[in-house]
Amino acid sequence: MTAVLTAGRLLGAGHPDLRGHDTAHGPLPRLPHDVLIGVVRDAGLTGHGGAGFPTHVKLAAVRGHAGGRRPPVVVGNGAEGEPGSAKDRTLLARAPHLVLDGLQLAAAAVGAAKAHLYVRPASAGPLARAVRERRAAGRDPVPVVVHQAQEAFLSGEESAVVSVLSGGRAVPRDKLRRVTESGVGGAPTLVQNVETLAQLALVARHGADWFRRSRTFLATVTGPVGRPGVYEVPHGVALTALLAAAGGPVAAPRAVLVGGFHGAWVPAAAVDVPMSREGLAPYGASPGAGVVIPLAAGECGLARTARIVGYLAGAGAKQCGPCLNGLPRLAATMAALARMEGDPSLPAGVARLAALVRGRGACGHPDGTVRLIRSAMTVFADDVTAHLHGSCLDGARP
Amino acid sequence: MTRLHVDWTACQGRGHCTELLPELLAPDEWGYPRSTDDTKEPAVPVALLPHARRAVRHCPRLALHLVGP
Amino acid sequence: MNDALWYLARGTGVTSLVLLTVVVALGIANRAGRPAFGLPRFGVAQVHRDASLLAVGFVLVHVISLFFDVYAQLELFDLIVPFGATYRPMWTGLGTLAVDLLIALVGTSLLRHRLGLRAWRVTHWLAYACWPLAFAHALGSGSDAGAWWLRTVAGACLVAVVAAVTWRLSTSARATVLSGDTR
Ligand code: HEM
Ligand code: SF4
Ligand code: SF4
Repeated sequence: MTAVLTAGRLLGAGHPDLRGHDTAHGPLPRLPHDVLIGVVRDAGLTGHGGAGFPTHVKLAAVRGHAGGRRPPVVVGNGAEGEPGSAKDRTLLARAPHLVLDGLQLAAAAVGAAKAHLYVRPASAGPLARAVRERRAAGRDPVPVVVHQAQEAFLSGEESAVVSVLSGGRAVPRDKLRRVTESGVGGAPTLVQNVETLAQLALVARHGADWFRRSRTFLATVTGPVGRPGVYEVPHGVALTALLAAAGGPVAAPRAVLVGGFHGAWVPAAAVDVPMSREGLAPYGASPGAGVVIPLAAGECGLARTARIVGYLAGAGAKQCGPCLNGLPRLAATMAALARMEGDPSLPAGVARLAALVRGRGACGHPDGTVRLIRSAMTVFADDVTAHLHGSCLDGARP
Repeated sequence: MTRLHVDWTACQGRGHCTELLPELLAPDEWGYPRSTDDTKEPAVPVALLPHARRAVRHCPRLALHLVGP
Repeated sequence: MNDALWYLARGTGVTSLVLLTVVVALGIANRAGRPAFGLPRFGVAQVHRDASLLAVGFVLVHVISLFFDVYAQLELFDLIVPFGATYRPMWTGLGTLAVDLLIALVGTSLLRHRLGLRAWRVTHWLAYACWPLAFAHALGSGSDAGAWWLRTVAGACLVAVVAAVTWRLSTSARATVLSGDTR
């Protein structure tokens, strides 16, 4: 995948070494923690790891627990387990110091004594070099440790990251106590996607108003487009414009998967929707981690979805009963539908199993899987009917 | 309102809770508890609190928790 | 007077063994995760708990009555530390050890929620040492050891525990195949 960039503050002005970074971005302002959290709130910054949670709420939650026995910990999350996504590793390669700036800001905001970066193995080496470079320059008041993440779909799940950094297995944990209260080694913990941290470094430098006007985000466009890659585009850019930036779809797609494997299909008729939470909401989608995958011409949306669900069923941590038992059943039912088995009870079976697994696991994996399936059943409703009659709108044969 | 939380990483579907608290929990086809109103953490009416506490005490895996006031 | 104590000690001793057998058999049976003996699962668990508390009661009476029994010549010390007794130290010691484990088992179980699942489970496996100790103690140290009725009771206890283990292994093997869950 080749990264093609548009001019933007995240990647366009990015520079892998500290001198270049300083020239491009200028000094990092030091703001009192309550001022910084206020600016982040006014800017409307939300998480870029997938869930889109408001960043200031998390910052304030961890800060609220800062008085306890263990000082808070911050974690920059670049595990990027989503197969379609490449934006975190691209950002870490191009602008590591923007992420490290953000990590220090976050640490200051919550009163942390220690910071971790949890990244894919390929990013770890260069990043450790950047950390040393800053330490030599006396830049970072809070020490940073770089960790290699496992390459697995769920490796970036917040509680799984915390589990690994606490010496445990890379599997999600129960959320009776939030990690903001008790995370790494029992300390209040802020886990923030690396892009969110880079955004934080921009918010601190340029302020809330600037951010609201000039906000960009990173998207990974893959699949049948002219130039697959990572793109920095304005917040709320039309999906068509994003696809055009990536060289356009090779042929007009019947639907576009937005938000990655836990995302939703946006039908062809709606491809000019803005890439924002509000814009995508009617389709049950959200920008998530910014992954965009058009369906190839002649590719059956149901077959594609069934393949993804098969992958997701195998990607679970296999520890929660409903997920462990339910996802393989869902995958099998979707596969039967994709194979055009004429059993008219299949759609009802899909709906029943989806309702059965939703909300019943330690992490968002069942819910994300159900989101994808439900959107496929809606967007490809005609295909479902055709498949039940043994034919496929996309010309595939059973 | 007090709610009932299931730690899915601990629950093994032993079904004590679904026997003790049928008003709120029914076993799914694999024996794992499913809230009868299909919410993630079902609210526990005051009248059922003693039963809910009993279910929490009884869970062999310590997977059930009451949360909230 | 002394005869009364002696009868009391023997009666409560045998009852304790039977209760412990019920406790262990039901504990094991309930691990199979299926209703047993027409009781719902939580009912089996409830009887498991209640019987264990009852067993503690009987064991205490058993021990106290022996303490006041001149023949047994027990010191307070021997009730807690095994193998120091003057009268049949070996067999009495097994009983003392079983009592210690029983207290530990019940104590940790009452504090189960505070202890956490892992720690509690580990201590609870002491049950597999507790019951055989009590069993051996009953056969070896009592004045009734050779009596037909004690042998019959002990045999029945052994059969009950072995049956519970067999039932559990058979059903859990099946459950593992069904769910793929090997925990
Ligand atoms: C208040 C006292 C007790 C409570 C609350 C209690 C509770 C429990 C529970 C909840 C289980 C089920 C564990 C599971 O299904 O994963 C269990 C199992 C068991 N209990 Fe108890 N118990 C108590 C006392 C005892 C005593 C005194 C003994 C034996 C002397 C005993 C022997 C066993 C055995 C053998 C098992 C099966 C363990 C296994 O194989 O994992 N329990 N107990
Ligand atoms: S819900 Fe599924 S993926 Fe998530 S922790 Fe449980 S078993 Fe693992
Ligand atoms: S009693 Fe506990 S282990 Fe059993 S089904 Fe209920 S929550 Fe799960």
